[in-house]
Amino acid sequence: MKKENVPQDLSALGKLTKEVCYATDESGNYVTQLSDGWDIKISALDVAWDDIKERVAKARQQVLNGQASPILFFMEHRLMDLKLLADYTGFWQWQIKRHVKPEVFNTLSEKKLQKYAEAFNTSIADLKTLTVHEN
Amino acid sequence: MKIDFEHRQSAHCESGVTSNLLREASKGKITEPLAFGIGAGLFYVYIPFIKINNGPAIAFRTMPGWIFKRTCRSLGIPVMRKKFSSKESAEAFLMERLNAGQPVGCQVGVYYLSYFPKEYRFHFNAHNLIVYGKEGDNYLISDPIMETPTTLTSYELERVRFAKGALAPKGQVYYTKYAGEISDERIREAIKSGIKRTVLNMITLPGPFTGVNGIKYTGNKIKNWRDKLGMDKAKLYLAQLVRMQEEIGTGGGGFRYIYAAFLQEAHAYLPQDDLLEISKLFTEAGDKWRTAAVHAAGIYKGRLGSQEDFNTMGNYLLEIAELEKKAFIALKNIKWRT
Repeated sequence: MKKENVPQDLSALGKLTKEVCYATDESGNYVTQLSDGWDIKISALDVAWDDIKERVAKARQQVLNGQASPILFFMEHRLMDLKLLADYTGFWQWQIKRHVKPEVFNTLSEKKLQKYAEAFNTSIADLKTLTVHEN
Repeated sequence: MKIDFEHRQSAHCESGVTSNLLREASKGKITEPLAFGIGAGLFYVYIPFIKINNGPAIAFRTMPGWIFKRTCRSLGIPVMRKKFSSKESAEAFLMERLNAGQPVGCQVGVYYLSYFPKEYRFHFNAHNLIVYGKEGDNYLISDPIMETPTTLTSYELERVRFAKGALAPKGQVYYTKYAGEISDERIREAIKSGIKRTVLNMITLPGPFTGVNGIKYTGNKIKNWRDKLGMDKAKLYLAQLVRMQEEIGTGGGGFRYIYAAFLQEAHAYLPQDDLLEISKLFTEAGDKWRTAAVHAAGIYKGRLGSQEDFNTMGNYLLEIAELEKKAFIALKNIKWRT
């Protein structure tokens, strides 16, 4: 890629920091050139996030319908799968599967809820009410 | 407390951290492309049966930590590396090294990395940064992806050092203390061994999933994605391929441009013109990867979508595999004169 062809399409990252790209100058020697981002990459990331948003919305609806507990919603919201959530909380995967059932979730102790709240970087109150904050 | 440390931005985190940690010892001679080439960072693997973020598991690089390890080993520099089971001892050790004036490399997870934009935060645990001091409760961070140095509170740093999941960092730190001289002769040998290692990884390793075979395998797979996965999922898969290939830290073209830059820099130490010729092949390969990414974007944005378009996409990868095979065979056959 030639230096002048390094794309400059402003991305979410580009607002914070430019990226270093290796590209060739007039005589074909490699130099570094800063890039604001690339349209192709931005839309690839959008595709990934659209999918995540869809999954989160679906999970939220399931919780509202009483088919799942807020744990399912926060799992999707935090892009976690069972294994990862098990790593963060110290529960077994089968335990988490049980806790995803609303009737089991409602009987969980404060201590267990706290573990989930920590893993999701939220509070018990927010966990129960499906409230999300930035970060 | 702040250690005198010059932050320098790089394209890829681990080769950047390696180059930055070695700057003093090597008097700036180990640039990012040299670290990437000597550390044999270039790789390709398609891991079957495993999904990452609900998409295919594809990597364009070696295992995290290996670039630093191999670069130092080839240059004859001792490496200190430590993982921790307790958060307290991890922080105590870090503080002790900082107090001794030692900048420390850390493996971290990206998901809770507060200075990253939200869109880039996935559960990816092989990011690298350097800690070079602490002021109040803030650690001073040199993240090679960022243009300027940044900070993390002690809680934030602990959180990312103890991120969970695949390749969990477990508080891993690494650094090197080396007072000796790194001679040009040593660098020459290191370059040769880095090239040998990359050739091994890309064309000698048996099996269909790694190196150029892996690229070919992926190409053939892609042709079936439309029928097998359905359009929606196929789009997701292609977007994931492009993200792995082009996202922050690959320097574009799935590391091909960095590798081409490495071969040019290698030429300064080993003046054999075949290196420059082969460098051009890698530039060409990088360009092809990017052309393929543009085509993939046509599909995941919904502009393209016929089976013919998927065949074209697959064929791009087959062409790339052929081209890179040619390039690596040429590298393998170089007769070193020095």
